[in-house]
Order: sequence, then C-alpha cells, then structure tokens
Amino acid sequence: MTWVKKLGGITLYGLQGMGRMGLFLAHTFFCAVTPPLKFSWIIKQIWFIGYQSTLVIILTGAFSGMVLGLQGFHTLNRFGSTALLGPMVALSLIKELGPVLSALMVTGRAGSAMTAEIGIMRTTEQIDAMELMGINPFRYLIVPKLIAGIIALPLLTAIFDVVGIFGGYFVGGKLLGVGEGTYFGEMANYVKIKDVLEGIYKSLSFGVIITWVCCYKGYSSGFGAEGVSKATTQAVVLSSVLILSWDYIMTSLLF
Amino acid sequence: MIRIENIYKSFNGFEVLKGISFQVEKGEILALIGGSGNGKSVILKHIVGLMKPDQGHVFIDGKDIGLLKGNDLEEIRGRIGFLFQNGALFTSFTVYDNVAFPLREKTKTSEKEIRERVLKELDQVGLAGAENKYPAELSGGMIKRTAFARALVIKPEVMLFDEPTTGLDPIIAHTILDLIKSLHEHLGFTAIIVSHELSRVFQIAHRVAMLHEGRIWTVGTPEEILSSKDPVVRQFISGVTGGSLKLY
Ligand SMILES: Nc1ncnc2c1ncn2[C@@H]1O[C@H](COP(=O)(O)OP(=O)(O)OP(=O)(O)O)[C@@H](O)[C@H]1O
Ligand SMILES: [Mg+2]
Repeated sequence: MTWVKKLGGITLYGLQGMGRMGLFLAHTFFCAVTPPLKFSWIIKQIWFIGYQSTLVIILTGAFSGMVLGLQGFHTLNRFGSTALLGPMVALSLIKELGPVLSALMVTGRAGSAMTAEIGIMRTTEQIDAMELMGINPFRYLIVPKLIAGIIALPLLTAIFDVVGIFGGYFVGGKLLGVGEGTYFGEMANYVKIKDVLEGIYKSLSFGVIITWVCCYKGYSSGFGAEGVSKATTQAVVLSSVLILSWDYIMTSLLF
Repeated sequence: MIRIENIYKSFNGFEVLKGISFQVEKGEILALIGGSGNGKSVILKHIVGLMKPDQGHVFIDGKDIGLLKGNDLEEIRGRIGFLFQNGALFTSFTVYDNVAFPLREKTKTSEKEIRERVLKELDQVGLAGAENKYPAELSGGMIKRTAFARALVIKPEVMLFDEPTTGLDPIIAHTILDLIKSLHEHLGFTAIIVSHELSRVFQIAHRVAMLHEGRIWTVGTPEEILSSKDPVVRQFISGVTGGSLKLY
C-alpha cells in the first residue's frame, strides 16, 4: 500500500505545483495588461533576452541549416529530387526546427540566468525589500521578462530561419551543386504563408513558456545557493520538456 | 503604535515563536535582544507582514497587518523603514539608485530634490563619494550603511533596525547608533532595534525586550534589565559584554 500512498502524494504535490504555476501566470498577465508598465525595464530585458542571444542563434541556425542541406541532399538524391532541397530545408526550419531550437537555446542562455537572478533576489531578500517599499515585484521583475520573451523569441526565430536557409544553400548549393534559382525558386512555390504563421505562433508561445517557467522557478526557489542552483536546473529541464511537448500539441492542432 | 499579540510561528515543524506579546508606544525606542537564531528577525518580518503568524496578531495603529491587502497594506508599509540584517540592496543598482529607488517609484519628488535628499542621506552615513559603486564593490559595513540610508530616505514614522551595527567597526557602529539617536530626537520616529551592541543600545533605548526560547523573557527599562536578578538575563548580558556593562 505504501507505493499507492506515495503515488498519491506525488500526484497531489504535482497538481499543487501546477496550480501555483497557473496562478503565477494569471497574475503576471493581469499585471501586464494593467498600468503601470515599466518600459525601461522591458527594453533592458529585450536587450538581454533578444540582442544578447543573437550570436548563439546565428551559430546554431547556421549549423542546423548546413546539416539539413547535407542530409537533405543525400536523402533526396536517392529519389532524384534534389531540386526540392530548398523547400525541404525551409519548411523544416520554419515550421519546426527554427522555433524549437531557438527556444531551447534561449532557455539555456537567458532562461537559466533569469531563474538565477530572481532566485538570488529572493534569497537575499531583495524581493521582500521591494514589497516593503510598496513596489510590486511582478511589475518590475516578471512582466518585463514576459513581454521581452514574447517580443524577442519570434525575432530570434526569424533570424535562425534565415541564417539556416542560407546555411542549407551554402552546403546544398555551393558545395553539392543545387542551382541557386532551383533552391530559392522552389522554396517560393512550396512555402505558404500558413507555414510561416505556424512558426510564428510557436515561437510566441515558447516565449511565454520560457519566461513563465524560468521566472516561476526563480520566484519560488528555496533558500541559499543550493536552493537557487536547484531551481535553475529545474527551470531548464521543465522549460525544455514543456517546449517539446507543447510543440507536438501545437503541430497537431495547427494541421 | 505597534502591538504584538500572542504570535506563534513554526518552520517545518520547528517552533520558533511560542506566544510572543509586546507593545511599542509611539515615539519609543525598543531594543530587542536575544541569542542568535532566537527569532528576532522573524519577529520584525511579522511586524511588516512579510511573514504571517500561525496564530496571533500584529496591530499597527490598531490595524491587523495580517488582514490588510492592496493599498491599505501599502499605505502602512510606506510609513515603515526596514533595515534588513544583510542589507537586501538591489545588486543591479548603484548605491545612489538604491537609495533613490523608493523616492523615484513611490513619490512624485523631482529628480533634483531626490538628488539632494539621497546625497544628504549618504553623507550622513559616511558614504559620500561612494554613490556610483555597485553593492558587489562594497564592504559589509558599507552595504549596511547604504541600506540604512535607503530605509531613512522615505522619512518613516516607524523604523525597524535588524542589527544595524553588526559587522561594522566600533567607530562607525557608534556613529550609526548616535545617528539613530539624533534622528530620533529630530524626527521622533518609533523604533525597534535588534542589536548585540548592548552597551550603546542600552543608552538609546527606552525599553529593552529580551527574547529567549521563543518567548519574551523580560521587558523593562535598561536599568531594570541591568539590575535583573534573573539568571538567564544575567548570563546573556555578561556573556555578550564580559560582565562589564555599565550605563553612562
Ligand atoms: N524563511 C525561513 N524558513 C525556515 N526557517 C526559518 C526562516 N526564517 C527563519 N527561520 C528559522 O527561524 C529561527 C530564527 O531565525 P532568525 O533569523 O529570526 O534568528 P535571529 O534571532 O534573527 O538570529 P541572528 O541574531 O543570528 O540574526 C532560526 O532557527 C531559523 O532557522
Ligand atoms: Mg536576525
């Protein structure tokens, strides 16, 4: 019987956590749509989440595109349809790899830092100090990150896609000999606006997931360095798992 | 002004406060003393509502702080200055911005007047010239003094000092306590000071409350505490001061 008890305990604990996370998100959205919005704090976060992630995004985008070009070329070559390399690379990137890989990179680069920052502010009582000054920590710390995430993720994803498509062209076109006109021309024929929108919707929702999970984990982190490091690990793992599973749900919903 | 009624608080089954009651009158300075880990910081956090008692109530001006929400809570907190034991400075702000923050965000003070007030407070705590430093570049004592300036800049009616002098060198520690005394004479705030610096604190406090084993062991004027025959009080006072504590 003990394992039934344990299972029940774990389930309840999990449900409780989910409830708290849900409330956290609801409260953040509420603060985001009611004034005052702290614009300078939002700009700073866009700079941190967005601008500072561009190098990583360009690098991963380039290599993802290149490997797609390479794999795609050899696969399509078996069917004698290397002409379709362009659309294949573009569709994989725009619909799937761009949003997902960008989100995973941003989780690792900015999400973990967010959790650590908020967690440290929690254990060093900076959040308490804010509250005592009558300053709502959600408005200053969480909302700017959420908004910045929603703005930055689609832009980063767009950069990822574009760099990836050119990476694919570099390998497929320059090295393996698919013509420039074929590569980009076929792309224009096959990639529809619906596909682009799918990628944008995904990256928008990933922006919410990353900032939500990472801020929540930091905000509710345990005390001391140990509490913060645990929260950071959990944030990265949970955020990555949610990104991948939400990606599946979105893909099945959008078709 | 502040009335604490029978509060109980445990953390993970460990009971820290076991029925604490005391009062602080308007304009009074109460020193809260007691061994490390006895729950002094926990009591201060209950007064401002950062922690909620498992049982009991905290009243400020007759209002139960545990029941206040939103604007009412904000209004009361706006009248209280709180010096955190470890400073709780915003690490991403400079010293200047830390002290200016409550004025900027919660008042309509002009940037020019903010500058005057912030520089005056910093000068008062001996930090003139350090305004562009970040907390990571400060010594422990400088952090404490910045936090002190930040708590004072809003001109609070109630000041809660959690160990304002621990970790400072004796000269600065005395300056800070003298500063509290002279500010109190000018502004007439109500204060609770948690401190181990007994000799000095006994000179500025009107009453002393000693916390022991989760209860208020004794409350009395500094003279009463010093002449107490209670072995626990005697041991604590002589333990902290080597038995040499005298008033005046
Ligand atoms: N947030 C918390 N979670 C769990 N336990 C806590 C928490 N805050 C305080 N405690 C516990 O409450 C007890 C009292 O802590 P408190 O910080 O009030 O002591 P103190 O009297 O201020 O000591 P010191 O003089 O060292 O500052 C300690 O045993 C501490 O472990
Ligand atoms: Mg303490």
